[in-house]
Amino acid sequence: MAKSTPEIPNASMADIAFLLLTFFLVTTTMPNDKGLSMQLPPPPEAQPEDVKIPERNMFKIQVNSSDALLVEGEPMTNVDGLKDMIKKFILNNGADPKSSDSPEKAIVSLKTDRGTTHKRFVEILDIAQAAYYDIYADQAGVTNEEFRKIASDLNNPENQRLYDKGREGIPMAISIAEPTKAGGN
Amino acid sequence: MSKFGKKTKVKQDIPTSSMPDVVFMLLFFFMVTTELRKTAVDVMQRIPQATQLRKLQRKSLVTNLYIGEPKKSDQFGSEPKIQADDAFIEPGDIILWVNRKKDELPENEREQLTIAMKVDSEAKRGIIADVETELRKANARKILYSTLQKAENR
Repeated sequence: MAKSTPEIPNASMADIAFLLLTFFLVTTTMPNDKGLSMQLPPPPEAQPEDVKIPERNMFKIQVNSSDALLVEGEPMTNVDGLKDMIKKFILNNGADPKSSDSPEKAIVSLKTDRGTTHKRFVEILDIAQAAYYDIYADQAGVTNEEFRKIASDLNNPENQRLYDKGREGIPMAISIAEPTKAGGN
Repeated sequence: MSKFGKKTKVKQDIPTSSMPDVVFMLLFFFMVTTELRKTAVDVMQRIPQATQLRKLQRKSLVTNLYIGEPKKSDQFGSEPKIQADDAFIEPGDIILWVNRKKDELPENEREQLTIAMKVDSEAKRGIIADVETELRKANARKILYSTLQKAENR
């Protein structure tokens, strides 16, 4: 009687697995679903006519078409101190007559030009959001990173509580103004 | 005399019996962490970096909009273009496109549609602002500027 070999030959198993692996490497991508979250204002028609906002409650950041920065009328080359300036402005509470009345009324206004690059815009928006998240995290008693994680998962009642505590009295008022047309296109 | 031809008793083969297991593990890792390409992106995607990233909660509510210089610049020119799904569109078409995307969602979730803007670093604000104005008109106001995590140095 011939000796039967009931085993499946598995020498080529590695080759098959490699083929599959290569197939998946080629056809798939790493999902990138992270970024700076924003809420756009309602459509232009639905908005009330120009509401006058006192000068002191506006923190003006302007970027021109060559990506140069103007903060509250002063040129700025190094953005390192910008976050602290924004935090100080939001939490002024009327102490400095040139700065905001209260965190509720404070508005950070970001005005760009049509020629500003997206990279620069993201950089400044990131700093403005960092200032707000830092304040929220302080109020909620967590770190900035933890707060952003909490904000992404509000189904949990404990997270909702911390989130509300962090944002209490301080709406994230970052206004993106219609860009100026100097940079063309 | 064969001093050099001396046979060493050391085995030199790398054991390959566990190779399939290792490769399968790699395979499963990639199957779980990646997703299939749905659209071929025809615009440049040098995604900018930022620190204050937020993760999107629900994938089904997210729609991608790509903006950047066309990769085939000899065919489409070097001005940044908007790509939705598989085609280039003009800012004026966005309302229609958003409404079509909203129709695909269940009625109670239509307002939560999030637009993930995958914008190239070198794209100009002008075109992005035009897109934002249209999105406001289309009432798709939740947006996300897709960015990568910047290594923090503080």
